[in-house]
Amino acid sequence: MSSTFLGMPGDFPKNAEKAVQNSQLRYNLRKATHTIRGKRASVVGELPDWQELRAAGKAIKDHTLRNLDRYLVQLEESVTRAGGTVHWARDAAEANRIVAGLVKATGETEVVKVKSMATQEIELNQALAAEGITAYETDLAELIVQLGDDFPSHILVPAIHRNRSEIREIFLDKMPKVPDNLTDDPPALAEAARLHLRERFLKSKVAISGANFMVAETGTLVVLESEGNGRMCLTLPRTLISVVGIEKLLPTWRDLEVFLQLLPRSSTGERMNPYTSMWTGAVEGQEFHLVLLDNGRTDVLADEVGRQALRCIRCSACLNVCPVYERAGGHAYGSVYPGPIGAILTPQLRGMGSELDASLPYASSLCGACYEACPVAIDIPEVLVDLRAKAPHSAAERAGMKVAGWILNDHERLARAQRAATKLRKLVPKRLPGPLSAWTDTRDVPEIPEESFRDWWERNERA
Amino acid sequence: MRVALFITCVNDTLFPGTGKAVVSLLRRLGCEVDFPAAQTCCGQMHVNTGYRAEGVRLARHFTEVFAGYEAVVAPSGSCAAMVREQYPKLAKPGSKGAAAIAEVVPRVYELSEFLIDVLKVEDVGAYFPHRVTYHPTCHSLRGLHLGDRPTRLLQHVRGLELVPLPGAEECCGFGGTFAVKNPAVSAAMGADKTRNILDTGAEVLCAADNSCLMHIGGTLSRQKTGVRTMHLAEILASTEEAQ
Repeated sequence: MSSTFLGMPGDFPKNAEKAVQNSQLRYNLRKATHTIRGKRASVVGELPDWQELRAAGKAIKDHTLRNLDRYLVQLEESVTRAGGTVHWARDAAEANRIVAGLVKATGETEVVKVKSMATQEIELNQALAAEGITAYETDLAELIVQLGDDFPSHILVPAIHRNRSEIREIFLDKMPKVPDNLTDDPPALAEAARLHLRERFLKSKVAISGANFMVAETGTLVVLESEGNGRMCLTLPRTLISVVGIEKLLPTWRDLEVFLQLLPRSSTGERMNPYTSMWTGAVEGQEFHLVLLDNGRTDVLADEVGRQALRCIRCSACLNVCPVYERAGGHAYGSVYPGPIGAILTPQLRGMGSELDASLPYASSLCGACYEACPVAIDIPEVLVDLRAKAPHSAAERAGMKVAGWILNDHERLARAQRAATKLRKLVPKRLPGPLSAWTDTRDVPEIPEESFRDWWERNERA
Repeated sequence: MRVALFITCVNDTLFPGTGKAVVSLLRRLGCEVDFPAAQTCCGQMHVNTGYRAEGVRLARHFTEVFAGYEAVVAPSGSCAAMVREQYPKLAKPGSKGAAAIAEVVPRVYELSEFLIDVLKVEDVGAYFPHRVTYHPTCHSLRGLHLGDRPTRLLQHVRGLELVPLPGAEECCGFGGTFAVKNPAVSAAMGADKTRNILDTGAEVLCAADNSCLMHIGGTLSRQKTGVRTMHLAEILASTEEAQ
């Protein structure tokens, strides 16, 4: 059972401070993000029409989101026609209730899972456990996180914070029937996981998945993956339940052409992912249920600036290029959605009521690397700045900003403040007090000049 | 050509040397430089920290002060990017403010843009016999898309040896109030940046933004590295006679 993020104490700066001091974590993250970053840059660089593809991805998603009501109904009709059953879930609790009810109706108490962000978001595994149902993650990285009773720290590579020797320890400790002489050689680790999982695939009667895309016109769901565990889960069990966010919709089959190019190149840095599974409804002898999840998405859709976050295809390119994510790690964001996309998605889906969620829009230097890498051109810095205007501010900060605004709004006031600073220039301590001590803990303060530029100009040029 | 200098509040208050360098450089290249005294701040700190109302007031003030100038030159990538990228989002479409912004925005240039795109000069006649590395700064790189403009200018400086900076395109960790709101991450980013700078063996780290240089320079100075930071304008203003 992996742990839950809800109610996590602290805020982003405090969480990040702990992570920054963990040199093993920083080494693991730097190595992993820089490797994927390099692979992505090289396969994206191969396509002369990448910017056009990116613009097409953005346009298709925007069109779909503008007409979401219509396309969702069309999807329901298509899935129903193909023999599936569609359920609508307003929030996490409702989705969890529906899924638990469907599993119970089969009489099973164990399910296998395909890696899915939506089910992580609603904490489905925990909800199922409360109903006496055990969910087994089958994606290798999700398995590592689940066995280690850990938190995911990356959208695509949830165990990115672990290196191979740590993974070996987890397997030896938690995996039944694992050989004592297990090495930390990646093929040996993969083989151990394979043997462990194979049994589950053959035994399980119920599988739970998410989906990367849903096609309204045909009712087809699509999962892209690398390991083949998804293919096993999607085909072997008698009952398949897919929990999918309502924004994962595409109008037509043809739209997949754009996204099947954008996603693998942006996520794993591959031209094409090893497994692409598509299914439409249910075949005879099998059951298919689609749970359409809102959980705050229609509220996000109502926000003119923030709604672009719903274009996200969960590729993680923004995480892999983010200098803040690289140093703070995924856990600091206190959500299944870490990194730049998490910093704009979590406060919109959960609100900014907690100290942690209110600190997320500030978890960025606004360097813009995320926007540049995003395959659907989400202007993450723009949304961050917009969320900052809506975030709660401390009384002391508000007062400071008001005074600064008052001084800066008039050049004579500014000149007087500059002259006052000049008079005190020799008295500036090496360590500043209050919130400014955060500056002088690691940096020297610049020397205040004898004269501001405007006073120099006045003295030399106006005369 | 008559040019209005937008000094920026950080340069005005803390780095007047950069302003003097811009004045001397532009005059050497035949421009008439004006300093509209009513100017203050572009509003970037307020807007980016979540104080939009104060930011909008400062943006309005900026558009009033610089209305009517043929060219406004700012020796700061991030302040120029603030005007170009964020100002159009601050006013209601169709409003008077939006019209004032649309009028002023196309005439605001970052210094290297103005030199290369408007004055069409790459060799500004500078002399600076030192080993220099260049940090392109995020808003210059990904906001204004300055590309190789600053390094083309530096390559023409006589005596200057330009050495490439590893990981140049990565943020230094300043990020305005980010530096004090997330000090641990900011310092970690700064430490990685300074390690890369030291690896180049450069005597001088150059950039087109003094706010980033204040963070990197403050870190270099705290680490007692001996590496100096200099704004691009100050290197371009240096001449043999002045050495």
